[in-house]
Amino acid sequence: MDATIANPENLVYSRPKGFTGTPTHYCPGCTHGTAHRLVAEVLEEMNILDKTIGVAPVGCAVFAYNYINTDFVEAAHGRAPAMATGIKRVLPDRVVFSYQGDGDLASIGMAETVHSAARGENITIIFINNAIYGMTGGQMAPTTLPGMKTTSSPNGRDVETQGYPIRMAEMLATLDGAGYIVRRSLHDPKNIRLAKKAIRIAFETQVHGLGFSMVELLSTCSTGWGVTPVQSLAWLEEHMIPAFPLGDYKIAPSVAALKF
Amino acid sequence: MPAKGWIEVSHIYCKGCELCISACPPKVLKLDIDKLTSKGYHPAFIFKDGCTGCAICALVCPDAAITVYREISKAPTSMAGGGD
Amino acid sequence: MEREMWKGNEAIAEAAVRTGLEAYFGYPITPQNEVLEYLSHRMPELGRAFVQAESEPAAINMVYGAACTGARVMTSSSSPGISLMQEGLSYIAGTEVPMVLVNVMRGGPGLGNIAPSQGDYNQICKGGGHGDYHPIVLAPASIQEAVDLMPVAFDLAHKYLTICTILIDGSIGQMMEPVQLPEMQPVTRKEYDWAVSGAKGRKRHVLSSIYLDVPTEEKVNLRILGRWREAQANEIRFKEYFLEDAEHIVIGFGTAGRIGLSAVRAARALGLKVGLFRPISVNPFPYKRVEELCKDAKSFLVVEMNTGQMLKDVQAAVRNRIPVRFYGRLGGVMPFPDEFVHEIQEMIRNPGKPEDDPADLWYLRMMAR
Repeated sequence: MDATIANPENLVYSRPKGFTGTPTHYCPGCTHGTAHRLVAEVLEEMNILDKTIGVAPVGCAVFAYNYINTDFVEAAHGRAPAMATGIKRVLPDRVVFSYQGDGDLASIGMAETVHSAARGENITIIFINNAIYGMTGGQMAPTTLPGMKTTSSPNGRDVETQGYPIRMAEMLATLDGAGYIVRRSLHDPKNIRLAKKAIRIAFETQVHGLGFSMVELLSTCSTGWGVTPVQSLAWLEEHMIPAFPLGDYKIAPSVAALKF
Repeated sequence: MPAKGWIEVSHIYCKGCELCISACPPKVLKLDIDKLTSKGYHPAFIFKDGCTGCAICALVCPDAAITVYREISKAPTSMAGGGD
Repeated sequence: MEREMWKGNEAIAEAAVRTGLEAYFGYPITPQNEVLEYLSHRMPELGRAFVQAESEPAAINMVYGAACTGARVMTSSSSPGISLMQEGLSYIAGTEVPMVLVNVMRGGPGLGNIAPSQGDYNQICKGGGHGDYHPIVLAPASIQEAVDLMPVAFDLAHKYLTICTILIDGSIGQMMEPVQLPEMQPVTRKEYDWAVSGAKGRKRHVLSSIYLDVPTEEKVNLRILGRWREAQANEIRFKEYFLEDAEHIVIGFGTAGRIGLSAVRAARALGLKVGLFRPISVNPFPYKRVEELCKDAKSFLVVEMNTGQMLKDVQAAVRNRIPVRFYGRLGGVMPFPDEFVHEIQEMIRNPGKPEDDPADLWYLRMMAR
């Protein structure tokens, strides 16, 4: 082991400038941190940190503005796409993104999500799908899997009385205003790399004015699921990917043709 | 010769989640049970040779706690013409 | 500028445009649809932002976003829609960013009807959302007055970093009157040291209404209160008619005040010494002036299109010094001037005692009709 390697000309990776210095409050191993990091890296690489405005949700990421180094506003629960619309319509040359969990985006905010996509708002949504409500203590989410135990489905989600999970990427892809809708995952290095690429394309979609973009990121919640962080990665692969298949659900031809 | 790598794990950010330990291909990381960060976590650290600076640990780290260095080997890669 | 015939809702919309409105986000609800419809072509015509949102909660949150940039932004709605906007209004107040709200009251509660009413006075004057804050509420009684108050509304909203509401009812929104509109002012966005716009060349700005640290939240509440107290001291507006020798005073806001003026004129023609006091700022309420008027008046008649909401503010100023009588019509029913004249005559004949509950007597009379 040779610590003398640790000098500037050998640097391969360090904390992105898109991150503030504040340690996050997320649980150990929570892939919120990974998603935040990818957004911070992409904004830095695109050199748009200082023209970006983020919209934080209500959920575990309510304090996202403490970690990602851009102007930020705090939305009411579910209303982030509406706030983002308000900002983008008065500042169309800035980059506006929202970062939302499954309750914020697919429950109370469902209408705002669908309509901002339908209107083709040139905003980017980073959607963190971990099939549970984290911040409020682990209740059922619109994306909770059938049979999955949560604090409000203690015997497992009963589809007869509690319905079925919603596949947001598939649904939003039916809208003509959507330019780039994909689902990726954060459970292993290969998929994290693919997720970062997708986040980059999403922001490029916005910068080129090619419509609404959303990257749905399958994420872990080791606290809510009751497993260790390392176990949560396997849980995601085993249970969530079959229910929420990874893939590209809408790529407008103009987005597919983008070169950057 | 493979690249030689080194990482530094920040005790400000590391939460001992072990994702890096699990992801590390040469398995050179473990939690330092003898240390506690100010938040009470055991931080990750390199405990043996073999780090190649692949940066997969930094890729999976949710807290951007890891700085990665890599020194590309200066030895000739071809065995022809004698070696050292 | 010459006078033209304008529909209330459209004149208000155009007045906002002429005072530099940059963005409008709204949702259809009768009786204010014309605000949205008019701006749906006027704003794009001028290259300004317009969105018909998917709902009132969406609309108010679009306003919230735009307000965070410091832009001049407005929405409009009516009773049930205002209820839906209350969460957003509270967030806007808690984040301390400016906006203008046009509130066109209709019959309620619930779905009610599309007829004019004043039943939402309490809803907006006492906050219009959860939490301890006070929107500035201006109540014009004619289309011209509403047009004249539009630039005032934006200036007050931006001066006090708060919600400024233009409070009217469906009749003012729907009627047509000759109006003189102001000159077109250019759009000028003020540079605020808190606004979000991309942190180029400066430290980043974060706008939020969450303050988990409880003592800090208290400080924020005191800061908001401080600006409200300033507004209370400086933004009282009212109009007085025939008060020089009035023995009895009719008090009403908005349309009820306007009908009151017709009634006062009719009463004067009958030789009765009556006048009208018409608050224009209903929040902050002109308590001091009402209190002053107690000294020389024998009684007040409060007229409203609700069950007695502004009545409570009048009573707070009067403090049982003189008798206060109340007359209200509900559910979208518009009173006629002769009903008020009848009340005035009854009041003069039978003034009652200061400690009488005006709502009691009025209710009994209403049930006896």
